[in-house]
Amino acid sequence: MMKMKSVQDKVFDIFNIIFMLLVLVVMLYPLWFTIIVSFSDPLAVGGGKVWILPVDPTLEAYQNVFKSDMIWIGYRNTIFYTVLGTAFNIFLTIPAAYVLSKKTLVGRNALSWIFLFTMYFGGGLVPTYLLFKNLSLVNTPWVLIISGGLSVYNMIVTRIFFQTSIPEEIYESARIDGASNFRMFFQIALPLSKSIIAVMTLFYAVSRWNSYFSALVYTTKEELAPLQLVLRRILILNEDMIKEITSGSISGDQMMDALRKAQMAETMKYSLIFIASAPLLVAYPFVQKYFVKGVMIGSLKG
Amino acid sequence: MNKGNTVARRKIGSNTNFKKTLKRALSDWQLYVLILPALVYLIIFAYAPMYGIQIAFKDYRAKDGIWGSEWVGFKHFARFLSYPAFWKIIKNTLSISLYSLATFPCAVILSLLINELDNAKFKKTVQMITYAPHFISTVVLCGMIKLFFNRGTGIINNVIEILGGTRIDFLAKPEYFNDIYVWSGVWQGVGWGTIIYLAVLSNVSPELVEAARIDGASRFQVIRHVNIPAILPTIIIMLILSCGSVLSVGFEKVYLLQNNLNSDASQVISTYVYEIGLVGGQFSYSSAISLFNTIINVLFILTVNTIARRVSDVSLW
Repeated sequence: MMKMKSVQDKVFDIFNIIFMLLVLVVMLYPLWFTIIVSFSDPLAVGGGKVWILPVDPTLEAYQNVFKSDMIWIGYRNTIFYTVLGTAFNIFLTIPAAYVLSKKTLVGRNALSWIFLFTMYFGGGLVPTYLLFKNLSLVNTPWVLIISGGLSVYNMIVTRIFFQTSIPEEIYESARIDGASNFRMFFQIALPLSKSIIAVMTLFYAVSRWNSYFSALVYTTKEELAPLQLVLRRILILNEDMIKEITSGSISGDQMMDALRKAQMAETMKYSLIFIASAPLLVAYPFVQKYFVKGVMIGSLKG
Repeated sequence: MNKGNTVARRKIGSNTNFKKTLKRALSDWQLYVLILPALVYLIIFAYAPMYGIQIAFKDYRAKDGIWGSEWVGFKHFARFLSYPAFWKIIKNTLSISLYSLATFPCAVILSLLINELDNAKFKKTVQMITYAPHFISTVVLCGMIKLFFNRGTGIINNVIEILGGTRIDFLAKPEYFNDIYVWSGVWQGVGWGTIIYLAVLSNVSPELVEAARIDGASRFQVIRHVNIPAILPTIIIMLILSCGSVLSVGFEKVYLLQNNLNSDASQVISTYVYEIGLVGGQFSYSSAISLFNTIINVLFILTVNTIARRVSDVSLW
C-alpha cells in the first residue's frame, strides 16, 4: 500500500524535526562551549568573544593543567578506585543475582527481603561513618572501594536477566548430567551472561568514576583524593590552580600579568572539565547499547 | 481421638515436609556459598549501621560508645521540630523535590516525539546525543553551572548583557536556586529518562497503529489513544519510585551548588544532616534527623504504592 501522508502529518513532521534540532542544540551547546573555551585564548574568553569556534586557539590551558600534580594524583586514584571498586561490585552482584534467580531455592523470599529492605531503610550518615571509623577504615583507600559495594537495584536487574534469558532446561539437563551448582554457575550461567556482566561493569564503573561523596565523607588526606574531589576544590571551592603550579614547577620567567592570570584560571577550569569528562563521553557511544540494554531489563517486572 | 489423630498425622506430615525442605536446602549448599559474600557485605555495611541508629535516642559520647551512651528519649527529635529553621528546611526539601517531580512529563513528551521520527538514522542520533549529559559527573555539572552563570564572565550573563539586561549573580540569589537545580537536572536526565519509555513504545504493535491510521486517526490521535495508554503503567511505576524519595533530595548536587548567600533556598535535610553531623560533630542530633527523614520516606512510598494499587492496579509490590 502506498503511504500517503496527509498535510497535517507533514506539518507535524516538520515541527517535530525542528523541535528535535532545538533539543539537540540545547543538549550539545553547553558541552561544545566548554570544549571551545578550553582551546581558546584566555583573554578572548574573558572578553566574551568565544561563541561558536575557538578564538586564537591555544593549548596553554591544557599545558598548565597538566603541570598540576594534584590532577595526576586524582586521575591515578580514580582509576585505582574505579578498577578495584568495580571488580568488587561484580564479585558481589553477579553471584547473588544468580542465586536469587533460582525459584526453588529454600529461603529465597527471606533472602530477597534482606536485600530489598536496604533499598528503603538504612542506618544513615552518622552511624555508617561510625562503623567505618570503628573498623579503622576511615582515611584509607579501602573505604572508597568497600563503600558502595553493592547496588541492590543493579542486583535486581541482573536477577531479572538470569530469570528471563537463560532457559531453565539448560540447567535441568546439566543437573541430569550430574553438574553441581558451582559448575552450573561458572560453566553455564557465566558464559551465557557476558552481556549483563558488561552492562553491570559499565553501570558500576561510571558511578565509581563520577562519585565524590564517599571520598568527601570518609577521607581527608589529599593523596587519597579522587579526581572528582580535586575537581570540587578547583571548580566549586575556587581553589587557585595557578598558585599551586607556579609555586611548583614553573620558573619565574613565565610570569603572567594579573588579568591574564585570572582569565587563565577560568579557562583552565573549562579544560579541566573536558579532561575529566572526556574518557566517559568518548567511550560511551561505543558501549551505548549495553547501557540501554541495562535500563531496559530494569523496566521488566521480574 | 479422631481429632488428635489428624493433628498427629499433620505433625508427621509437616515433619517430613520439613525434612524434605532441609534436604533440598542442604543439597543446594553451593548456592548459599555463592550468595554469602553479598549477604555478609549487607549485614556488615547495611544492617550493622542500623544498630547505630539508637544514638538518635541517646547522647552519644565517643568514650562511652554507641551502647554505653546515655538514653535521652526523643530529646533530639523535639529539638529538630522546635529548631527555628525547621520549616524552612522542610519547605526547601519539599519544593525542590516536588518541582523536580513536576518535570517528569519532559521525558514522556520527548520519548513520544522521538518515537514519531521516521528517519532511523536521525532518531539514533537524537537518542545518542540526548543520553550524553547523563555521563557527566555531578561535580562537573555543578562546575559548569558555576562557570556559565558566573556574574562577571559567564556566558549566560554575557548574553543577558548583549540583550540589554543587567548582569545577575544567579547563584547568590535564593530565588533562582530551585530553577537552576531542577532545569540543570532536566538537561542532564531527560534523555536518559526516555530510554525506558522508548523501550515500551517499541513494543506497541505496528498493526494497531496502522489500523488506527487507516480508520483516519491523525498522528495526535494515535499518540493520545494508542501510545500514551501503552506507556501509562510505566509512567505510574516511575512516579511511585520517585515519590519514595520525596524527602530525600540528593545531597551531592545541592551541597555543591550551596553557598552562604543562597542557603535560604538551598539548605535541605540531607545537607543539614551532613553539616551538623560530620562537620559539626553533633552525632546524635544528626542521626535523629536522618531517621526522621527515612521514616517519612518509607511511609510516603507505602502510601503512594497503596493508592496506586487501588486506583490503577499498578504497584511495586
